[in-house]
This record gives sequence, structure tokens and C-alpha cells, in this order.
Amino acid sequence: MKIAVASGKGGTGKTTISTNLARVLSLAQKTQYLDCDVEEPNGHLFLKPRIDKTAAVTIGVPAIDENKCTVCGKCRSICSYNAIVALGNCTLTFPELCHDCGGCFRVCPSSAISEVRRTVGEVETGRADKIDFVQGRLNVGEVLSPLVIRHVKKYIQPDSIAIIDAPPGTSCPVVQSVKGTDFVVLVTEPTPFGLNDLKLAVDMLKTLNLPFGVVVNRADSGDRGVFDYCSSELIDVLMNIPHDRKIVEAYSKGELAIDVIPELKPEYLNLFTRIKERI
Amino acid sequence: MKIAFSASEQSVDAPVDARFGRAHYFMIYDSGSGEWQQVENSPNLNAVQGAGIQTAEMLAGKGVEAVITGHCGPKAFRVLKAAGIKVYTGFTGSVSAALAAYQSNELSEISGPDVEGHWQ
Ligand code: SF4
Ligand code: SF4
Repeated sequence: MKIAVASGKGGTGKTTISTNLARVLSLAQKTQYLDCDVEEPNGHLFLKPRIDKTAAVTIGVPAIDENKCTVCGKCRSICSYNAIVALGNCTLTFPELCHDCGGCFRVCPSSAISEVRRTVGEVETGRADKIDFVQGRLNVGEVLSPLVIRHVKKYIQPDSIAIIDAPPGTSCPVVQSVKGTDFVVLVTEPTPFGLNDLKLAVDMLKTLNLPFGVVVNRADSGDRGVFDYCSSELIDVLMNIPHDRKIVEAYSKGELAIDVIPELKPEYLNLFTRIKERI
Repeated sequence: MKIAFSASEQSVDAPVDARFGRAHYFMIYDSGSGEWQQVENSPNLNAVQGAGIQTAEMLAGKGVEAVITGHCGPKAFRVLKAAGIKVYTGFTGSVSAALAAYQSNELSEISGPDVEGHWQ
């Protein structure tokens, strides 16, 4: 069972929900936590895993042999990512823009292009107590988040419950993270900003045709907008987390809320029960 | 010799656009004929990535030998350099004032990019 935890914007408590949910579930069943927020993975701060293995995520980028290149420009024309430039007398490549589509290698009539492996990120795997821990990391300055996310998701085991911590927002990396999951938990806050970003996330999930429900963080602060929207759109509010100083303190110390406030455990189990009912 | 100016509007009175790859227009002056040519940069300006690279390639294709703009990032600079195009940055006045400054040797050529990527 694959459950993604996402949010229309950052800072809503997405990591809190996903790490606590993973911890609670791991006490009774095989559970994985996969951090797909590859530009800023932070689940490890709370789960404190022991990392056993690091695998590089690489792509094949072109290297052009000037002696063989006739500057015909075919590689440049096929590249949709502006990674190749053909000037009158030479061809330049920009490996940092290459998306590994393979096009230029195929079209070169002079076998002037060879492949060089270039590392864009890594996937780390290990254990956090009973949780099977996986996290992706995109190298600074790289653009291929979706590729790293795809590599992270390869570690999903069918006999586990996989909790996928998606990046915030509604762009490609988010789509890549939630794609193929059985259910998406959208975390939001009861503020006008929270509502605005929730609507964007809901639109995305409707387009992707994925079942989803909402968790409202700091539910007793803010206004009614999010709740009114959910009831008029017939969206399930799966859990309300009150604003609690103890939760905030646990977060700032890098502790899991359920370790500090055991009363939260049944709440998370209940969240899981409600998700299961929908799958 | 052709000299290209990044411009925010299609006019010699328009200010030189601070951006290179994401400039809206280029005004190209041919010192041989004394004529101006206007080029829309919209296909490159809207590129998801590599706008500066594409713009530099387009100007090289038009036989430009000098570029006057606000800032030039590393990727665009690499293309311009490979194409043998001289780059002058940091000018903030109008296109016609930039031409006058260029012609009286008041602009200094840069030997490397003057901003990080994404400025372009
Ligand atoms: S592999 Fe594809 S993206 Fe990369 S340089 Fe070649 S054509 Fe462009
Ligand atoms: S397709 Fe091959 S020969 Fe043609 S410009 Fe590219 S590298 Fe050179």
C-alpha cells in the first residue's frame, strides 16, 4: 500500500505527519518511509536513521569528439533542452542542462558523440528502528528532481506500507512523487494561504485521478475557510491536529510528536484506518 | 561589423535591457551600412532553460561580433566566447547612448561572466 503525504505549500507540517504516521505503523507492520522531497529532505531529522547504503543517481550526457564532428547540427536540432549549441565552426554541450533523452546519440551521423556519466543526486537507504528508510537527495544546482524521485520510488516494496513524503507545491516533482500511489494525504492549515494552496493541490490530484483526503494542522487556529471548502467539495477531513506547544517543541528539537505525546498514537492509527477505508 | 544591444522595446531610444537571455528584443546595428535591425527574442526568452544559450546562438547566427547588455551569465558567455563575440556589460542608458559610448571606446569588454546563472 502506497500512501503519499503532500501539501500545496511548504511549512504545513507535512514531514511531521509523514514521519509520525510511519513510526506508528511500523510498530505493527512492515513500513517504509521514502523522502521524495529531494531538494530538501528533512524526514531524517526526526527519524534519525542509520544509513547503510548510498547509490549515486547518474545520467548519460554527451561528449563530442571535435575531430569526428562535422558540425552538421543534427544533435542540436533534436535536443529539446537547449543542452547543445551549434556555431558555425564548433558544437558546444551544456551537460548541466541535459535530460538524458538519448536523442543526440541516436542522430549523430559521424559517431562523434560518446556518453559520459554525470551524477545529479543520490539515494540513501537504511533503517530507523523498525522503519525501512529511503531518502533521495538532488545535488545543489541540478534540475532533475523527478529523476531522483523515480529512483527513490524503485525501493518501494509491495509487501510494505510505503509512506511517501512528497515535496511541497504542485509542480513536476510532486506529480512524480504521488503518481502510482493508492492514496494522497494533503496537509494544510486553516488560513487563506493554506486554502489557496490546498485548492491548487486538489485540482492537481483530480487531474491525476488519485483518491485523497485532508489533514488540517493547527486546526484550532486560523479561520473556517478550509473546512467550508472541504465540506462544499465533499472532501474528507481525515484528521485535525490542534495547535499544541508540545508538538512545536518536539519539532524544534527534532523529536517525533508521538514519542513526546503518546495520546497522539491513536489519532494516527485512526488516520490510517480512515485511509484504508478509502482504498 | 554588427553590434547587438539587448533592449526592452524595439527602439534605439529604449533602455538597454539588463537581462541578456531574457531580454525582449535585440537592436542590431550594422556599422558598415549604418542600419538598424530589430529582432524579437521571444522564442528564446520563454525557454524553460538555456535562454541565454539560445540567445547567444541566435546572435552568432546573425553574424554579430559584439554584444552590449546589462549582465551576462556563464552559459551565455561560453557560447558568445566560442563564437568570437565580444561582450560589454553594465550599461544602463538608452541603446543609442550605448552605441555612442561604444564608438568612443568608453565601454570595457568583459573577460568572464559577470553574474551567476539564471540571471541571463
Ligand atoms: S541526451 Fe537528449 S537532452 Fe541530453 S544533450 Fe542529448 S539530446 Fe539533449
Ligand atoms: S550530430 Fe554529430 S557530427 Fe553533427 S554536429 Fe552533432 S556531434 Fe557533430
